[in-house]
Amino acid sequence: MEFFIQQLVAGLTSGAIYACVALGLVMIFVSTDHINFAQGEMAMFATYLAWAMIDAGVPFWLAFILTIVIAFAGGLFIQRVILKPLEAAPVLSLVVCFIALLSFFNALAGMIWSFTIKQFPSPFPPRDVFGNGLVSIQQIGVVAVTLIMLGILTVFFRYTTLGLAMRAAAQNPASARLMGVRVSWMLALGWGLAAAIGAVAGMLVAPIVFLDPNMMTGILVYGFASALVGGIGNPMGAVAGGFIVGVLENLVGSYVIGNELKLTFALAVVVGVLLLKPAGIFGRVIVRRV
Amino acid sequence: MKLTRRTALLGGAGISIISRAGRAEKKYSTGVTDTEIKVGQTMPYSGNASAYGVAGRNQAAYFRMLNETQGGINGRKINFISLDDGYSPPKTVELARQLVERDQVFCLFYPLGTQTNTAIHKYMNQKKVPQLFVASGASKWGDPKEFPWTMGWQPDYHTEGSIYGKHILTTKPDAKIGILRQNDDMGVDYMSGFREGLTEKVKKNVVAEVSYEATDPTVDSQILQLRNSGADVFFEITTPKFAAQAIKKVAEIGWKPVHYLVSVAASVGAVMRPAGVENGQGIITAQYLKDVTDPKWDDEPDVKEWRAFMAKWNPAANVLEGSNVSSYAAVHGFVHVLKQCGDELTRENLMRQAANIKDLTVPLMLPGVKVNTSPTDFYPLQSLQMARFEGDHWVLFGEMLSLDNKA
Amino acid sequence: MAAITDSWATRGRPGWIVILFWGLLAALPLAGLFTNDPSFDYYMFMGQAMLINAIAILGLNLLIGFNGQISLGHSAFFAVGAYTAAILMNFAGFPYWTTLPIAAVICFGAGFLFGFPALKLEGHYLALATFTLAIAVPQLLKYKLIAPWTGGVGGLILDKPDPPEVLKLSPDQYLYYLCLVVAMLAFWIVRNMLRGRSGRAMMAIRDHAMAAATMGINTARYKTVTFGISAGITGVAGALSGITVAYVAPDSFTLQLAVSFLVGLVVGGIASLPGCIVGGAFIVLIQNSSQSISDWMKVTFSLRYDVPAWAIYGVLLILLMYFMPRGIMGGIETLWLRVTNRKEASS
Repeated sequence: MEFFIQQLVAGLTSGAIYACVALGLVMIFVSTDHINFAQGEMAMFATYLAWAMIDAGVPFWLAFILTIVIAFAGGLFIQRVILKPLEAAPVLSLVVCFIALLSFFNALAGMIWSFTIKQFPSPFPPRDVFGNGLVSIQQIGVVAVTLIMLGILTVFFRYTTLGLAMRAAAQNPASARLMGVRVSWMLALGWGLAAAIGAVAGMLVAPIVFLDPNMMTGILVYGFASALVGGIGNPMGAVAGGFIVGVLENLVGSYVIGNELKLTFALAVVVGVLLLKPAGIFGRVIVRRV
Repeated sequence: MKLTRRTALLGGAGISIISRAGRAEKKYSTGVTDTEIKVGQTMPYSGNASAYGVAGRNQAAYFRMLNETQGGINGRKINFISLDDGYSPPKTVELARQLVERDQVFCLFYPLGTQTNTAIHKYMNQKKVPQLFVASGASKWGDPKEFPWTMGWQPDYHTEGSIYGKHILTTKPDAKIGILRQNDDMGVDYMSGFREGLTEKVKKNVVAEVSYEATDPTVDSQILQLRNSGADVFFEITTPKFAAQAIKKVAEIGWKPVHYLVSVAASVGAVMRPAGVENGQGIITAQYLKDVTDPKWDDEPDVKEWRAFMAKWNPAANVLEGSNVSSYAAVHGFVHVLKQCGDELTRENLMRQAANIKDLTVPLMLPGVKVNTSPTDFYPLQSLQMARFEGDHWVLFGEMLSLDNKA
Repeated sequence: MAAITDSWATRGRPGWIVILFWGLLAALPLAGLFTNDPSFDYYMFMGQAMLINAIAILGLNLLIGFNGQISLGHSAFFAVGAYTAAILMNFAGFPYWTTLPIAAVICFGAGFLFGFPALKLEGHYLALATFTLAIAVPQLLKYKLIAPWTGGVGGLILDKPDPPEVLKLSPDQYLYYLCLVVAMLAFWIVRNMLRGRSGRAMMAIRDHAMAAATMGINTARYKTVTFGISAGITGVAGALSGITVAYVAPDSFTLQLAVSFLVGLVVGGIASLPGCIVGGAFIVLIQNSSQSISDWMKVTFSLRYDVPAWAIYGVLLILLMYFMPRGIMGGIETLWLRVTNRKEASS
């Protein structure tokens, strides 16, 4: 039983990480209708910036906030400078650009900070909550931050004009433009927010998996899976998807199929879910008029 | 010191001039001229294994130093071409062919990786181009009958694994062993050696063996599984990043097994410090190189020279990283073999010299570790000593274990 | 998607440019007669790699460019093809050339079956579902139950086929011809298919699935069969790759391979048959040229550190997409139209 609970908690912790990454993906998808393959590497790069600041003596929380701000500006910049000229290009050309960004950030981080792992300080003490090795404050912290971000995003998209404008810009740019929404800037804003969420995800992940330029490659795959399971247009779904994938993977790995195939199994489940619910568990099927 | 070395060099040059005039038997293979030796290498500078790229950079810096301060080896500069294969076997094949056929290198030195080197193993031997001091601990690199053009360098994983097995057998015969291993060829090699070391009697002591993929985000779940199996000995066959994760997680959940860590992941700078030195106390590993973070070696001339080299020629590198030590030692082995070749720089002679190293002492190796090869023994290094992590560095214990030789 | 032109694929007879082009490719190895360059065989090997990539991209293009189904998982079929060849040659003693049609059939089956779940998924969801395939396959290859056949983590080593005595070719020249013949066959089949009824049906589904269905096209059957053919072609490329590299291992078929196929496809030109060859050559050349640029930058600007080749690769890709958003063939076509229009205007 204790083992079960431990695996469950470990699953929830990794689930929270996947959820964070998935949130960034959802953010860009909701605001630009694209899937950003460079999401993980952008997060990694932002985390390195935070690390460099902390290493230079900046207090943790100041570095944390500064990194979010820089990441936001960076995301904005990428959209305005690199992607805006390609607004009319085919979707796959954009995908290639995302892949290019991925290689670029990965190689650049490797050049500046080397590929050796670095320790990233955790904002949470590594202590136990109950003193029996079941649940650590770190784990609760990661889950809490994820849920807080989800809350902020939900409120933002549902109850603010800006959020509504962003959704409109993504789903129907022509009509939105007619309604006076500055579509192009909304897209940029989406990128900025996604980059900021990514930075938070990166800083949450780094204390657990250690900081290196390839830190997010494995996690991004799980992030995709989570976003798919939950429905890629839905922040709530992405977070739920993250927890589902994280827990499932750990329980299946330890009880059913062994570790070699746990990722494969988790992915099979994702595809299975999609077959039953093609827009994800929490996604809505959008009916398009012909 | 400086003076004597220079005079020695001059003397050496003088002798070589005489011998050239006298014997006139300068013999060169492809890739060698009077002024240059072309050496190739494949190295994962990108991709999943990019952390190992440190080795290639350090060796490039060493050859640069050699060329600029000593004019190369016997008056021939080393033209070192180290290419990024991203740890992908087909890419390694392409690059090896580029190096051998287009760039016309004399040999490959320290190409890194097991799958990648397997991909070019046959090719190099068909082409009769030396694949010298392969940077991988698989035992297949020591097979002079089938593959006379390939030789490994470091103590092989199989040998090292058996050392841990034997150690457990003698110190804790009733151990319940839990194993974490990367699902790749390194894991398989270590395991086969480990089982051999444990012998038939106690194989049943292995209560759990769990694996992870190099692409997994964490090994948390695996560590929990191992603890839950009731294991009181933890044998960890991991690469640096996962080793650090595992050490930290083991400490976090308050599991206190006797902890064995394979040498590839026993770097102080790349594993033990990031994982937190307080979490690593008492971990056991086996070494053939000096732990340069140990103040005990501070006054040794080779460590001093290495520090000076790193500071001047590779200042961006992290001196605590194990690869900077092992690659430096390997490059000395290579330079030794090249020097032994004299003016007969043919590929045949290179392999002949590489297969005739007698009790060579290489900088940064533990006292008592000697490089030995023969035409039937293609395993240059087979000595290891066990060490335990105490304070902030490894402390050696027990005797030097020499395992000669299965060839 | 509808904006994509199919003119290259659907033009009547093979134009003289096409015949000239394939003739040139076939004549390349003969240059070996006039040169003593020791690196000639290496260039032949590069040629093989380009042709193999071109075939793989052709398979992918059939699916994405002409049928509108996105796949990020074609490295999986490539791997299945390569392992099929390796296993048949190593354990059953099959001659290398017989493994090609078998790989095609097996991969067709795999692709056809995967085509059914793919029916339910669209756009991004399909892209990501196939993405999972690319990730799962290297792990499945290592799984202990099938490891005796796949060689597990160590992979399988193959014997490179020797050319028949009478041909007097070096092994690399011979393998180049093998790849070239297979490539010509694959392109010929695809071209004929696209020109016929089935090709029009495939493209109708891509441009407007619902309209195609109302016109009586069995969209489900066309989509699954297209998936199968696409996988089959890519599988043959995989088998060729196994034979020419003479080694298969799980690390050879990672996600990066799937991504490089996609990059090659887009850079060459979506829904363009010549684009497949351009893309195939591109993904072989780009890495080497990034490395050369990196070396050049280091020397020219006397930098102390290497500029990482992959960062240069990223910049090059973005620039390319910036100037030719529809790929190299798309860009050439645009340029061509502009030139011919100008002529008409002036005359």
